[in-house]
Amino acid sequence: MIRFTKDHEWIKLEGDVATVGITQFAQGQLGDVVFVEVPEAGRAVEAGKEAAVVESVKAASEVYAPVSGTVTEGNQAVADDPSLVNRDPEGEGWFFKLKLANTADLDKLMDEAAYKAFVEEQH
Amino acid sequence: MSDHPAETILTTPLNALHRELGAKMVPFAGYDMPVQYPMGVLKEHLHTREKAGLFDVSHMGQVILRGADPAAALETLVPGDLKALGLGRMRYSFFTNGSGGILDDLMITNMGDHLFVVVNAACKVADIAHMREHLKGVDIEYLGDDRGLLALQGPMAHIVLARFIPEAATMPFMSALTGSIQGVPVIVTRSGYTGEDGYEVSVDAADAEKIARLFLAQEEVAPIGLGARDSLRLEAGLCLYGHDLDATTTPVEAGLTWAISKRRREEGGFPGDAVVKAQLKDGAARKRVGIVPEGRAPAREGTEIQDMDGRVIGTVTSGGFGPTLNGPMAMGYVDAGHAAAGTPVQLVVRGKPLPAKVAPMPFVPQRYYRG
Repeated sequence: MIRFTKDHEWIKLEGDVATVGITQFAQGQLGDVVFVEVPEAGRAVEAGKEAAVVESVKAASEVYAPVSGTVTEGNQAVADDPSLVNRDPEGEGWFFKLKLANTADLDKLMDEAAYKAFVEEQH
Repeated sequence: MSDHPAETILTTPLNALHRELGAKMVPFAGYDMPVQYPMGVLKEHLHTREKAGLFDVSHMGQVILRGADPAAALETLVPGDLKALGLGRMRYSFFTNGSGGILDDLMITNMGDHLFVVVNAACKVADIAHMREHLKGVDIEYLGDDRGLLALQGPMAHIVLARFIPEAATMPFMSALTGSIQGVPVIVTRSGYTGEDGYEVSVDAADAEKIARLFLAQEEVAPIGLGARDSLRLEAGLCLYGHDLDATTTPVEAGLTWAISKRRREEGGFPGDAVVKAQLKDGAARKRVGIVPEGRAPAREGTEIQDMDGRVIGTVTSGGFGPTLNGPMAMGYVDAGHAAAGTPVQLVVRGKPLPAKVAPMPFVPQRYYRG
């Protein structure tokens, strides 16, 4: 299942590990990504707190953890090739995977339809 | 409580064109300006260094100085050698204040019966007031909304402009000519702020869109926004007023003494001349330097610079990512003792000191036209 945050992160749960990235809308807002810093495995992350960094030519931005948990893997591919975030933000451009502290936390987030409506409001 | 009137944002003559081209618009110096077009900052930057980029710089202040001797008069405000500025030649200089600090940087062109001056958008109101207050016997005409200014920059800019004005191909760097493009009168200078060969074209506001469309119709040309304008000038080691230069930075600290001739150093006659003279003799306590981080993380404006022992030695004044350099780069001021190229330093990014080195600028080679 997939959920979205108001900060334009997506989180996809498969079994008990979730993958986190930024949405197509977010990468468009950011512009060309030139630097990404992903968390290392074992790091504890807190819902709504900074978990990764994504920078465009002009500015630095934070990627927040949508839910609390422990990072199992940071995506080295985006650290090596930041443009992957622009090219495939909702696929290969994922930032990190984590084990959720509490799967019920996902229920607090927007589903696909709600996120779509949220983005439309932004314009 | 009284209502505050809505802030009016100013527009250049190309505003409708930018929107038609799909530009992302942002406020800059009170103007509604394109920060990027659909191509994006990275591609716009690379395009400019490979072919030719067209920039709307109409927000900058174009000013005409007329009188018996405007060059002599303007020398009382800037340390540039204007008396020796030949007909059709231009020079980079800066207004100084009593402490030797810089009020704005500018381009001055000798057009024969007048000086043609271009100042930064953010400072133009203050600059014009400054000149009006201090320049006696000089008529100062601000061209304002009646005038547009386009910058055509890149290694193919001369190919493009020569299609309309053949002499543009061989005009010297930092020179000017008056001509016409398809019947539209223009003032062209071979100058720019990207480190590439290029031109700035001054045109009546009513004709600006026509000229812009004409340039954009040339296959070498793409529209370029302020985002790429900033990364281009930073790669070229060029200062941005308000960031790398301000009222507290002297030309000596900023490494701009190449713009102060021997005569002006000795004679002075500009605000803060005693401070500049003393610094030329004894050295300045801090220096503007280039800094290249060793990793991939950019260090932005305001980043603290430390020596390898963690002692604060300076601040980053401009920083980001260089698309041509393909890595991060920064400009800042450090204690004179740490200003030598190759000096290892640390940049505090997100609370962590990251290794970097003082580096010579420009970060990528400058390619001005040498004839």
